[in-house]
Amino acid sequence: MNITIDVNGTKMEAKKGETVLNVLNDNGIQVPTLCHIKSMFPTGSCRMCVVEDIISDKLITSCSAVAEDGMKILTHSPRVTEARKVIVELLLSNHPDDCLYCVRNGNCELQGLAEELCVTERRIQGRKNKLPIDNSSVSIMRDPEKCILCGRCVRVCEEVMGVACIDFSKRGSRTVVSTAFDKGMNTSSCVNCGQCIMVCPTGALTEQNHFTGIREALTDPSKTVVVQYAPAISVSIAEEFGMEPGIDIAGIMNAALRKIGFDYVFDTSFAADLTIMEESNELIKRINENRNLPLITSCCPAWVKYAEEFVPELLPNISTCKSPQQMAGAIIKSYFAKQKNISKEDIYSVSIMPCTAKKFEAQREEMTNKGISDVDAVLTTREFVKFVKLFGINMHEIESETADSPLGIRTTAGKIFGASGGVAEAAIRTAYYMLTGDELVQFKIPELRGFKGQKETRLKIGDLEIGVAVVNGLANAKKLLDEIKAGRDDIHFIEIMACPGGCVGGGGQPVNMDEKAVKERIKSLYRIDDTESIKVSHKNPDVIILYNEFLGKPLGKKSHELLHTGFKKREVII
Amino acid sequence: MNFLISEVLNLAPGESCSGDTGSKLEILRNEKIDKPIIFIGAGTCGLGAGADKILEVTRAYLSEKNIDTEIIETGCVGLCSSEPLMDVQLPGKNRISFEKVTSDLAEEILSAVFSGNPIPENNVLGQYSAGGNEEWDGIGYIAEHPFFKPQKRLVLKNCGIRNPISIEEYIAAGGYRSYLKGLRSYSPGDICDKVEKSGLRGRGGGGFSTGRKWKFAFNVESDQKYLVCNADEGDPGAFMDRAIIEGDPHRLIEGMAIAAYAIGATKSYVYIRAEYPLALKRLEIALEQAREYGLLGKNIFDSGVDFEIKVKMGAGAFVCGEETALIHSIEGKRGMPRPRPPFPATEGLFGKPTIINNVETLANIPSIIEKGEEWFASIGTETSKGTKVFALSGKISLTGLVEIPMGTTVREVIYDIAGGIRGGKKFKAVQIGGPSGGCITEQNLDIPIDYDSLIEVGAMMGSGGMVVMDEDTCMVDVAKFFMDFIQRESCGKCIPCREGTRRMLEILEDITHKPVNGSSHHALRRFKGVTQLEKLGKVIKETSLCGLGQTAPNPVLSTLKWFRDEYEEHIFERECRAGVCTELRTFTIDVDKCTGCTVCAKKCPTGAIIGARKTPHFIVDDNCISCGTCVQVCKFDAITVN
Amino acid sequence: MNDTTEQILVKYKNADRDSLIPILQEIQEVEGWLSEKMLTSVGRHLDMPVSKVYGVATFYNQFRFQPKGRFHIQVCRGTACHVLGSATVLEEIKKHLKIDVDETTKDGLFSLEIVACIGTCGLAPVININGNFHARVTTDSLRDIIESYRVQNNN
Repeated sequence: MNITIDVNGTKMEAKKGETVLNVLNDNGIQVPTLCHIKSMFPTGSCRMCVVEDIISDKLITSCSAVAEDGMKILTHSPRVTEARKVIVELLLSNHPDDCLYCVRNGNCELQGLAEELCVTERRIQGRKNKLPIDNSSVSIMRDPEKCILCGRCVRVCEEVMGVACIDFSKRGSRTVVSTAFDKGMNTSSCVNCGQCIMVCPTGALTEQNHFTGIREALTDPSKTVVVQYAPAISVSIAEEFGMEPGIDIAGIMNAALRKIGFDYVFDTSFAADLTIMEESNELIKRINENRNLPLITSCCPAWVKYAEEFVPELLPNISTCKSPQQMAGAIIKSYFAKQKNISKEDIYSVSIMPCTAKKFEAQREEMTNKGISDVDAVLTTREFVKFVKLFGINMHEIESETADSPLGIRTTAGKIFGASGGVAEAAIRTAYYMLTGDELVQFKIPELRGFKGQKETRLKIGDLEIGVAVVNGLANAKKLLDEIKAGRDDIHFIEIMACPGGCVGGGGQPVNMDEKAVKERIKSLYRIDDTESIKVSHKNPDVIILYNEFLGKPLGKKSHELLHTGFKKREVII
Repeated sequence: MNFLISEVLNLAPGESCSGDTGSKLEILRNEKIDKPIIFIGAGTCGLGAGADKILEVTRAYLSEKNIDTEIIETGCVGLCSSEPLMDVQLPGKNRISFEKVTSDLAEEILSAVFSGNPIPENNVLGQYSAGGNEEWDGIGYIAEHPFFKPQKRLVLKNCGIRNPISIEEYIAAGGYRSYLKGLRSYSPGDICDKVEKSGLRGRGGGGFSTGRKWKFAFNVESDQKYLVCNADEGDPGAFMDRAIIEGDPHRLIEGMAIAAYAIGATKSYVYIRAEYPLALKRLEIALEQAREYGLLGKNIFDSGVDFEIKVKMGAGAFVCGEETALIHSIEGKRGMPRPRPPFPATEGLFGKPTIINNVETLANIPSIIEKGEEWFASIGTETSKGTKVFALSGKISLTGLVEIPMGTTVREVIYDIAGGIRGGKKFKAVQIGGPSGGCITEQNLDIPIDYDSLIEVGAMMGSGGMVVMDEDTCMVDVAKFFMDFIQRESCGKCIPCREGTRRMLEILEDITHKPVNGSSHHALRRFKGVTQLEKLGKVIKETSLCGLGQTAPNPVLSTLKWFRDEYEEHIFERECRAGVCTELRTFTIDVDKCTGCTVCAKKCPTGAIIGARKTPHFIVDDNCISCGTCVQVCKFDAITVN
Repeated sequence: MNDTTEQILVKYKNADRDSLIPILQEIQEVEGWLSEKMLTSVGRHLDMPVSKVYGVATFYNQFRFQPKGRFHIQVCRGTACHVLGSATVLEEIKKHLKIDVDETTKDGLFSLEIVACIGTCGLAPVININGNFHARVTTDSLRDIIESYRVQNNN
């Protein structure tokens, strides 16, 4: 039976069990929400989405109310808008009045609602909460005074990431979101994925900013400032500059970065190719030795920290490869430095990542070489956009340029690292070649692509049949790993990315609740894979040169020294 | 086999027990006794008033005199202001009750009773009548006492009278027959019907039809259903649930057993406040007894019905009175409510159909099954059936618990039953329904107490707290008290309740606190206060997630409605007529009396007192925070307060 | 690891999350309060993130995160007690002992807590010290009551 509801005098069709909010959104009516997350069960805590139910003469929350036949509702009656307005005013009444200094200025949901609901005077005044900023994490900063307790971060941390390092504590008007015992985030089990930032409606959660160091380096004539950018970046920022979402603007980015003053511009996708060379050989080695299987990827620093905290027993399974960011960093301060005859102390190495956990990764002790970090500063995609604006670059008016070589040429295999499934696909392409001496007939592995949280396939490589699994979202990873721990042994290779959709959905990306944008980015990456000719990492000409001139062979001594690392159990408050 | 099981509980419906059994039951009911019994009201309230000392004295006396006597610790009979209570029953004589017993008095009573001396008449509350026993001359009957006479005690029937932890006595007085009658003669659907027809409505707050609620769960198919008894009596001013559990735990267990059978639940929880250790203890004992008698457990009395009750201690959160919050609390989560639907009746505890009833509601069930739904429906008013227990407290002569038929007027309760206002002061208002309710003023004292009439005048039945206020009570302060309570007890989940109640409290604080003069900015905020309170109140009521928030502004809105002048006095005149808002006091130093000793100036925490040594001092009003320290330290009575 | 906590946890073998509050209550009953260590052990035992354990513990009034004093004073702040002056009583105790609510005096002798309603409204205002009720307390009688406990400690 079809359900029809009457909204503001217009009839609308609804499916059985559909929420009123869904029906409204599908029919072009926007109702404000602050606590709602589309794919999750409604909590009904913000009350912003109230609509007037004419039959019961009550205000009901459209996020949780299920559409019933014959329902009559008003979405923007004076009663409703006044209620919404008062709720926003209540939030503002003890909110820090520092919008102009806030990182989310112009991009804040609370600010947006205040404007939308015509809040123009301070009708309600409240005493401000005095709460300390948590600056302890190297990736994420929490300002509880700006927190409106919508609970999205808490839910994402628990339901998507399976980490739950934060929860509500205390009660009533003293409620706060906090870690256990109100300790700093650095001692908590936080994996720095930054998904909490992605869902935060205000500036309560932000990344730690690395602007100052970079600007100092840029103005220091003795420094050679180099920059690398992750595969996902070039397809993630177009909309921030008013271009079509998802299009690849790598060329424009190269030019912009040079204009900002970076001396060399590299594409981390090159290092991704390098990672594949090492990792696929590692996979083959482990399969041959039948040891520490399944091999689990180590590209994602959030996943790595998660493993160190929650599943230390699986640490031997994790690939010893450094992530592409760190491989690039290590090569820049060794091979590149030698080639250009610059002392590595004089190189300031910056990376642009769709990720907040990369900030943590860059400062890990294992990621330094004799006290010098392989990567000195990490910018998130969001910060990069700001950086471009800060330097007054008009992205519409500059000509595309290519990245510097070496470390600038990539294959499409390295590029698809940005999407969940990309690493696995790239690794299989190279592993197949390494094992059989032939190239795959069909490079595309559709089973491993897409937004789904867990994907699996079985592949024949010569005589060998291997199982490959790809998961994104650490809560999904936990499920699979539980199976592995329980004895499941048909999987040989697992790619784990903490963020939904992979790096394109990373915690350092432009704050955007829209899943569509993430899907556009994924499409764009695979479009590049479809259109360009070099689709396998082992055919990257610069990679080949690098091995010939410097590294020797994959898993060799030099590789081991520069490109590999180890992990150990990490004691945190879990 | 215990004769209570074989000859009483196993009787078929309609069958009566033998004469021999009958006389055994008389003994168990303490109607015919062969050795004296001392009853001591040892509920929490009695113990608080000193019953523990009376118990000590009594035990010491009896052992010293070597008198073979039984001592029974009962629950609370309801007359808390007369506690400690001590009753004495001698063989063949009526039970006589003494009030406000002190240790000395206890000895006096005991020696009088056991040696035949005249009893201390000033402290006699009255005597109970039991057929065939000799009466005490010149002593009134309790049933005729003005506090008890207008009451109709159904759920409190045994409280303070019978031994709460004797299942034998409970059964001898007809207990558990209703449950077994239900199991043997009625289908679960029949019982839901009967309870619905009786007109019983939830006694914990909303007043929803109990029978209809049961039917929601009855009609859902599920491998497991739960019954939860909400004994998390959170209303600060209500204590009937505690009294029922302390005074008659078996009645609650029987009510729960019937309810569980009706909805098809085999497992249940009593969610009881941790602040009620005595209730908890007696409930645990009673549960153990019921298990021993086979009234709980598997295949109860060969009916094929299983039923078990577990006790969960609440950990102190008013919001856990809300059903979904309570469920979360039992599940080990923060007690935060969730949106409904799904309703707990279809998706509740651990995702299973769950019915939650409060203690008083469930304690009414056995009588409905015993005497029939028509009988129950004959008590009370058109829309509110049966009786309601109220906890009377505040500025009233007699405080305690009363159970009255619905429809009794507020005036009857306050003046006829509770003897009017304490100390001859003037009545101001009575707050009904606690933090969710409102107040009733002089002009509405004659409304009948039922669910709908109370709502009409802006109050609410709630759980039945009735706090009486006199002329010395400041209504703004009362509103502030409730707002402070609510903003602390709000779960903090939804914005209107969390932020809104906090803002309302802040406004009330502005109204009742210094600065008396302050900047124009402060004054403006205060002036806007009242309209602000009304607006916030409306939005909080309309948009909050759960019942706590939806009713949170009631005390403020209600006092604003009836006592707007008091608010305005606080705001404009900066005066509190009741003298409660001490920060609004102004202090002046009488220049004739002040010797210039400088003590007040030294002690003043804000340095608001100035003056040279040995000359009269002055108070700078703008700096004064009205703490009153100066008055306390002045040795010359030179400082006056307005 | 704390022995008492361990002993209690052993009783709750294979327990689920719904045992969380009873476990915390039992530990507090013995220890008088809940330390970070105890909460962490409970979290591990129930396979629950400690942030959640902390979230639950801080939600409920009952749980304390500071050791109790030898004499634990509960002041009833129910309606009836309020109308009869419990706010003044509370202030007086705070002043007298120089501690705030949920704190313990430096000598570890007294700790102070407010409770919503003890349910003895007929005897308001009421305070409860180590389970003993003191009815109809006034600011004057209060000092004597508290001092009597101090004396009890000295003896």
